[in-house]
Amino acid sequence: MATPAFADLLKFRLHKNLTRWLVSGPPFLFLLLFFLAPSLIMVLASFRYPGEFGGLAPLRDANPAVLQGLTLETYRFFFSDVIYAEIFFKSFGMALATTLACLVMAYPLALLIARSPRKHRDLMVLLVILPFASNFLVRVYAWMIILGPQSAFAHAIGSALELFGITPVPLLFSPVAVLIGMIYVHLPFMILPLYTNLEKHDPVLLDAAQDLGANAWRRFWDVTFPLSLPGIFAGSALVFIPVLGMFAIPDILGGTRDMLIGNLIKEQFLGVRDWPFGATLSIMLTLMVLAWAGFSMWLARKWSHSHA
Amino acid sequence: MRSSVALWAASLLVYLFLYVPLAIVVAYSFNDSRLNAEWVGFTWHWYQVLLHDEDMLQAAANSLLIAFIASTCATVLGTMAGLAMHRYKPKLLPFMVITPVAMPEILLGVSLLLFFIQVLNLTLGMLSVILAHITFCIGFVAIVVKARLAGMDESIFEAARDLGATPWKTFKHVTFPLILPAVVAGFLMSFTLSLDDFVITFFTAGVGVSTLPLQIYSMIKIAVTPEVNAVSTVLMLITLTMIVLAARFAPETLKARS
Repeated sequence: MATPAFADLLKFRLHKNLTRWLVSGPPFLFLLLFFLAPSLIMVLASFRYPGEFGGLAPLRDANPAVLQGLTLETYRFFFSDVIYAEIFFKSFGMALATTLACLVMAYPLALLIARSPRKHRDLMVLLVILPFASNFLVRVYAWMIILGPQSAFAHAIGSALELFGITPVPLLFSPVAVLIGMIYVHLPFMILPLYTNLEKHDPVLLDAAQDLGANAWRRFWDVTFPLSLPGIFAGSALVFIPVLGMFAIPDILGGTRDMLIGNLIKEQFLGVRDWPFGATLSIMLTLMVLAWAGFSMWLARKWSHSHA
Repeated sequence: MRSSVALWAASLLVYLFLYVPLAIVVAYSFNDSRLNAEWVGFTWHWYQVLLHDEDMLQAAANSLLIAFIASTCATVLGTMAGLAMHRYKPKLLPFMVITPVAMPEILLGVSLLLFFIQVLNLTLGMLSVILAHITFCIGFVAIVVKARLAGMDESIFEAARDLGATPWKTFKHVTFPLILPAVVAGFLMSFTLSLDDFVITFFTAGVGVSTLPLQIYSMIKIAVTPEVNAVSTVLMLITLTMIVLAARFAPETLKARS
């Protein structure tokens, strides 16, 4: 009696495991090969010597004169010249400025949508997403037109500056142009998580605060704002991280001196073809992203503890 | 609750900030002038130029082919990943699915470039671009499918099993019809993302193949003519259609995109 039941159970277990592997196996293997392996290769590449004609030097070479094996040389090089630290610092500043600007611009709109009648909200959110539908390069290119020397906007800004006795500077190919482009491309990433958070707030809390005599200003800073911090953390991560690695916007809207980490990495891989140094820079960027993500999560956890 | 005038005014400015630049691009695509400076008169000229631009048409054909193959593969793999993540709660798979989407694009681009050339010894071209696109599209499909599954009543699947259905039969007759809207939405979203991708394509295309975004990039960098405005407008229309379709099939898509 017991044997067939056991056989059935075994068959069932086998079946279950087989199904599991049939379902998770293909995506797992694909990502193992095309995401995890390349990432590990990148770490390895950062410890190698550059090849004579670009790329990587061989790990083993019969000729002892050829540089081979593993080295910390690229890391030493990274820390030996202050210019790299400067570019990292500048990228960090750009990411921070973009995040703050997005936060200031996104907050009123997210709040307005969250406080609008339910039937209007979907449309208002859709209106935020629609510009997303245009190609990334098109959105950057639009600012090339607006900030370009021939545009009416640039003329207006120029005359306004002259009015105050400031010599107009070209808007395009400047850090300001890069910042505007960064804000424009990433703004919806701040609006949407903020709105998702603000929408969940219970209006009763604000009524209670009002009954207790809090004016609109205090109601915002003592009730709405602290409750929206998780949304702010989420939005900040979604804006900060892509800006940190962005190369296309400084490439199109910035001048030659507005180079950020992304441009430096691109230059190493496609320009001067020093792949080990490019890999080192990529590892440094990864560490910065991880540090920021860890910092955001720590803040979020600290916040949820203090409000538990 | 009443919203103050200041809130409305600030929000209106943000909406203007989002739309005016794109409106300018569209408007200048019909402008009868070589310069993006002032309005001269209406013309279809730049669209005619576009229709006779062999490089641009070839790039458009490549983009569509890449987007179709990559999003089809990503939909199959992403659906599997979504199912696996929902059913078996694996530890490593969610990390591998989400990270390519969450990290700066340039990192995936350069690591794949290194991997294709150094390890696979592959000549960069159509194949490398398709593989790269599948890698970042899987995550989006998996998230949409998983979200759809999470909102479902588990008892339906248990009922199918109790009635003696094999896992395959349960999938075919119960699970798949239920998640179909999410699968279609995931496909459309992958298609749009692939069609639009610039950064990862830039690193994995080599000199072998050009796509629409690569073509637009070289035009912006080398010589800006209003043809860029025309191709931008066409591209906007295509992506817009895709998004509206995706939103119709599964409203979750809009959330997953953020």
